[in-house]
Amino acid sequence: MWRKLTFSHGVHPPEHKELTNQVPIRRMPFPDEIVLPVRQHAGRPAKPIVKPGDWVERGDKVAEADGFVSVPIHSSAAGRVVEVGWWPHPDGTMAEAIMIQVEKYSPQIPRPRQIPRWEGLSPQEVVSWVQKGGVVGLGGAAFPTHVKLLPPKEFPIQLLLVNGAECEPYLTTDHRTMVEFPHRVWFGVRIMMKALQVQRAVIGVEKNKPDAIEILSKTRPPDLNAEVIGLTVKYPQGAEKMLIKAVTGREVPSGKLPMHVGVVVQNVGTISCIAEIFETGLPLIERVVTVTGPGVRRPSNLIVPVGTKIRDVLEFCGGLTEDVTEVITGGPMMGGAQPNLDAPVTKGITGIVALTRKEARIRQVYPCIKCGHCLDACPMFLNPSLMGSLAQTARYQEMADRAHLWDCMLCGACSYVCPSNIPLSQMFALAKYQLSRLRKKEQAA
Amino acid sequence: MNDRPASTPPEDRLLLTAAPHLKSPDSTPKIMWNVVGSLVPIMGAAVYFFGPSAIVVLAASTAGALGVEWLFGPKGSLKDGSAAITGILLGLCLPAGFPLWMAFLGGAFGIGFGKLMFGGLGQNPFNPALVGRAFLQAAFPTAITTWPSTEMEWAAWRGANFTLPLQGGEAPDVVTAPTPLGLWKFEGEVTDLWSLMVGNTGGSLGETAGVLILLCGSYLALRNYLNWRIPAGIFLTVFVFSEILYLVDGARFPPPFFMLFSGGLMLGAVYMATDMVTSPVTHLGCWIFAAGIGILVVLIRVWGGLPEGVMYAILFMNAFVPFINRATQPRVFGHGVAKGGKEPKP
Repeated sequence: MWRKLTFSHGVHPPEHKELTNQVPIRRMPFPDEIVLPVRQHAGRPAKPIVKPGDWVERGDKVAEADGFVSVPIHSSAAGRVVEVGWWPHPDGTMAEAIMIQVEKYSPQIPRPRQIPRWEGLSPQEVVSWVQKGGVVGLGGAAFPTHVKLLPPKEFPIQLLLVNGAECEPYLTTDHRTMVEFPHRVWFGVRIMMKALQVQRAVIGVEKNKPDAIEILSKTRPPDLNAEVIGLTVKYPQGAEKMLIKAVTGREVPSGKLPMHVGVVVQNVGTISCIAEIFETGLPLIERVVTVTGPGVRRPSNLIVPVGTKIRDVLEFCGGLTEDVTEVITGGPMMGGAQPNLDAPVTKGITGIVALTRKEARIRQVYPCIKCGHCLDACPMFLNPSLMGSLAQTARYQEMADRAHLWDCMLCGACSYVCPSNIPLSQMFALAKYQLSRLRKKEQAA
Repeated sequence: MNDRPASTPPEDRLLLTAAPHLKSPDSTPKIMWNVVGSLVPIMGAAVYFFGPSAIVVLAASTAGALGVEWLFGPKGSLKDGSAAITGILLGLCLPAGFPLWMAFLGGAFGIGFGKLMFGGLGQNPFNPALVGRAFLQAAFPTAITTWPSTEMEWAAWRGANFTLPLQGGEAPDVVTAPTPLGLWKFEGEVTDLWSLMVGNTGGSLGETAGVLILLCGSYLALRNYLNWRIPAGIFLTVFVFSEILYLVDGARFPPPFFMLFSGGLMLGAVYMATDMVTSPVTHLGCWIFAAGIGILVVLIRVWGGLPEGVMYAILFMNAFVPFINRATQPRVFGHGVAKGGKEPKP
């Protein structure tokens, strides 16, 4: 049956990818100081294993994984540890971090290291290399990748789905990765297929990246049972559940994970990062970041050492314009606004977007006029209008019981379309936070 | 590195808001003023057919609506344009010779009791313009059913526009003409379709130019400021229902196209029933809502005591909107799916 490769509902925000989608990835010079928060991934924060005064080379482990859902953190530059203390985190809080004074005259060559020979490794060994490399999902959520690669026996995986949708406006990180490193992407797919022992892989790319689709199709290794699929351009096409729906037609049941429908989803950036481990032996110490938006003087795609301060990255791109109003890490639909530009680039930061008054300003909120546009936008088929009215009176429990609050993934489509400027998605985030705090309190009592 | 020193990022000027940071260009005032803008051609047609009387009646009803919104509404709520829509729509469903003080009172009642009493914009269960109109129909049944003919001299007043409250004043020489629906109901005469579509018939100010209303409504529908499913559903239901009746007994029941283009059906279906606040939020709900209105319109017109039923049909269905909304919630993604993620059979 002919089926459009997409999901139902969703929105079409202006993409503005033209700012950077033809700009080749450049390497950013090492900053004077790097700051490595121990919490750069979902799960338990890593435990620092260095103390002030220690010398670290580029790629050395500075914090080790604390448990299964955790990954180690490696130094992204050679230098001396000056402090292990509190520092602004890009999520807006203060968090424990390791500050390293970068050695100016170091050649920044990593220590000789073992490069794993992937052909001889068992799937378990591949996965352990991924964990040792500190790999997390580079699409933004920063979930430790090795956890996804070890699904329980009762859920057989049939499909590896590589997420190259990149539906967030402005960002071109994955796009440039696919265009410039197609062989690395395919190498990563090969390793992932081995680790997961799946027979089939699909790379899903939104159709607004025809050059990426073309070059990936051309470079596809003929022995790999894999294909590149062009997807309809729509936000949030890159959301895990939406992507699975678009490619396979399956719906991930509420509260369940992609593995429940036999799929593992990995971001293109993650895939190429894993390929790098097996090419160079280097762990995840740098990543591609799109620095863009009308508020940046020289929009660029950069390879940034993890731990570089946002301020340094922006200055390398020519600084901010005078009329900038908001600096966002991640995409403008789901990313967080930065109160402090001294916060470092962490593993999960896909882009730095500077918006001006034209895009980001405080807007007057009008009463809900029940236009229903939010219902047409919600990819999860929720009723944001109803949830919003419940949230305004802080009836959070009712939102969860009656309106399926926990199915909301905070994509922000409802807030985007709301003509009354009601901060729907924002209120749902607050509701979720309040509910989980309440739950924790009850557990403690 | 740079040709100019990079500016120190101005953190004290940075906003700190929660995601999403982008916003579509649509806003509630923009929608409302677009509706007002799309009503301008219809008002123009009213002035063309009914002369200066149309201007003063529209002005009076709008003044009543705006005045009460300004007096009792939240501060600055005039700017969102919703009160202006109510006033204009009420004016458009009044006859040209309607006394101005009554029109003013209707607008004031519609906003005051139809909207502000429930908490202002977005809270009212019934369309405020129709609440005002229903009030006028109950209070002044004679004045609201005195329709002047379109065949008068353009500059002439079309009735006792300037009578004062409690003044029994004689109406000036006015040629009255029954509406097509009245003609059919009480005299069994069917007006020809061309006059109905162009608007060259007796009737309320904005109810006569059917084609123009459709055009203006299409503009709103294209911009997604109006849910096309509601007028489409109403037209479809009215057409099918009256076609069946017409086939059963062509002498007793009017032809379906007459039903579509006579009376307030066009204005009601395109502008009143689609009021966002008082219509369902789900697509399925909109179809049900529209079908309900369509059936009620035909029922009232054919078997009711009144020649026209659009107003009561819409008000009646407005009352059901909360139930329709609750009953037509779509299936939430990932709920009720079979094992393996297959979509459930409907």
